[in-house]
Amino acid sequence: MLRFLASRLLQSLLALFLIVTATFFMLRFVPGGPFTAERAVPKEILRNLEAHYGLNHPLYRQYFEYLGSLAHGDFGPSFKYSNRTVNEILADKLPVSLELGLWSLGVALSLGLTLGILAALRRNTWIDYLASAFATTGLSVPTFVVGPLCVLAFAIHLGWFSASGWALPADRVLPSLVLGLAYAAPIARLTRGGLLEVLQQDFIRTARAKGASEARVVFKHALRGGLLPVVAYLGPAIANILTGSFVIETIFQIPGLGREFVTSAFNRDYTLVLGTVILYAALLMALNLLADLAQAWMNPRIRLE
Amino acid sequence: MRTDDPGTGDGGRGSRRAEDANVPASTPFAARSADEPVGRGSSLGHDAWLRLRQNKLAVFGAITLVVVALACLIGPWLSPYGYEEIDLKHTFAPPGGRNWLGTDQLGHDLLVRLLYGGRISLAVGLSATIVALTIGVTYGAVAGFVGGKLDAVMMRAVDILYSLPFTIFVILLMVFFGRNIILLFVAIGAVEWLTMARIVRGEVMALKRAEFIEAAHALGYSRRRVLFRHILPNVLGPIIVYTTLTIPSVMLLEAFLSFLGLGVQPPMSSWGVLIKDGAEKMEEFPWLLLFPGTIFSLTLFSLNFLGDGLRDALDVRSSKD
Repeated sequence: MLRFLASRLLQSLLALFLIVTATFFMLRFVPGGPFTAERAVPKEILRNLEAHYGLNHPLYRQYFEYLGSLAHGDFGPSFKYSNRTVNEILADKLPVSLELGLWSLGVALSLGLTLGILAALRRNTWIDYLASAFATTGLSVPTFVVGPLCVLAFAIHLGWFSASGWALPADRVLPSLVLGLAYAAPIARLTRGGLLEVLQQDFIRTARAKGASEARVVFKHALRGGLLPVVAYLGPAIANILTGSFVIETIFQIPGLGREFVTSAFNRDYTLVLGTVILYAALLMALNLLADLAQAWMNPRIRLE
Repeated sequence: MRTDDPGTGDGGRGSRRAEDANVPASTPFAARSADEPVGRGSSLGHDAWLRLRQNKLAVFGAITLVVVALACLIGPWLSPYGYEEIDLKHTFAPPGGRNWLGTDQLGHDLLVRLLYGGRISLAVGLSATIVALTIGVTYGAVAGFVGGKLDAVMMRAVDILYSLPFTIFVILLMVFFGRNIILLFVAIGAVEWLTMARIVRGEVMALKRAEFIEAAHALGYSRRRVLFRHILPNVLGPIIVYTTLTIPSVMLLEAFLSFLGLGVQPPMSSWGVLIKDGAEKMEEFPWLLLFPGTIFSLTLFSLNFLGDGLRDALDVRSSKD
């Protein structure tokens, strides 16, 4: 167990290092820079700007200096927003994405698990068909179609919510629902499949034969094994939900991390792009690790080596 | 590491199928029933075809796909309107007799643009899937067939790649080197091959020890011949199923990028681009969003139905229970 944790942490650190290196050099070999957009900048000012941000040093030196500041948890200054550090911007944007993500996760889990369990228990009834219709719809109708349609229906025509923004509590409803529904579909599908498989096994028959109530059979015995595929899926899915959906934040104009990332890439804001990439990667790896641990805890037959 | 196949939308399905595959699927001779004529076409494929035909949703999906593809291919030639034909007298015309699906801000006929956009969307879906298919099958087959240390190293690399935030890299690639449709194919294909590699590796590992493979080795065939002529044809089922399911996810990724303004660039168009344009003007002209959204979703529906149907029809495991 300890060995497993240690090797996974090492592996993650190695992967993070590779990501930082690859992104750093990719950014630098791309045509254009953070200051090329302002065409009118005179040569001397440009030189001063570059000197200020250390861009006049040789590339390898910039790279090692960046790694050095990373080791102190410092993501460096932003190139586009003068006088702001990447740490400040991330601290500003991340909570918005996290809040949206948590609401959506709540929607996804409650709806997905409920539908999946009901479908598995009432196999080949209308509930089952409804659940699988919902799951296929969720896989086939993307958020960038559902999102605008919901805005059209609930914000513009019915006027229940505002079409965009993140100021009022009511502004949370539509984005969370749209994002949550997209993830509820695969969760429902995986829950149904996993549960059906477990329910056919001998130990469930034994539990029933011993007179355990249906609720006990399902929630105490079957769910533990039946949810394994869901947990495996949830690792990367939670990372994606929490760090903000690019599309949802664009549609509803939410000032979160996803939108900031796309903008920063367009702006060639080197440090901000790198900071966001590192944040995403670290979160993704941490949640993958958590998913593995949860799976091992739920199924003792899975060995962590 | 986990013993189950992680990360994919399917949970553990891929690896579990791998364990079962070496029972009946890998022995086409035993599976053929007595009264069937001996000749080309294995009974596995024939059975699967019969099962597929009974699946109404899969048949619906297949027919819809053929209709959509044919319409995109042929439709633009039959239309009286050109793809870039500007008609400033009829801007934002609602759907009606003159323009069946209405027009946009420059008087472009929406139907023609939908069909042209469909060509691009379908082409991206197919080509990027072929990229993913080629890399994934070769990589997985080699890893599974050679085994040992090489396999361990290759699959560990896949594990690490799985843990990378790939959407982000695709976005970065498209921002920096964008406006290039070839790069779009490669970027999407490079993301999607990982799962294919895992599935194929599992299948090959399971087949490697089958008797008819030993027989092929005993006959003195080269390793390459055994792998490509004897093992891979028997992995065809899962490959076909997974390919059908990869196309919709590839098309989704393309539309996602186009929606963010990073995918297909004007003057070319795709369903993602049309959805993006439609979403900007939906308040007054909802048809500009409704029609592209509908045809895109309909195509994805059909692909998913067909993929699920093929999985049920070809999957040895599901035919048992």
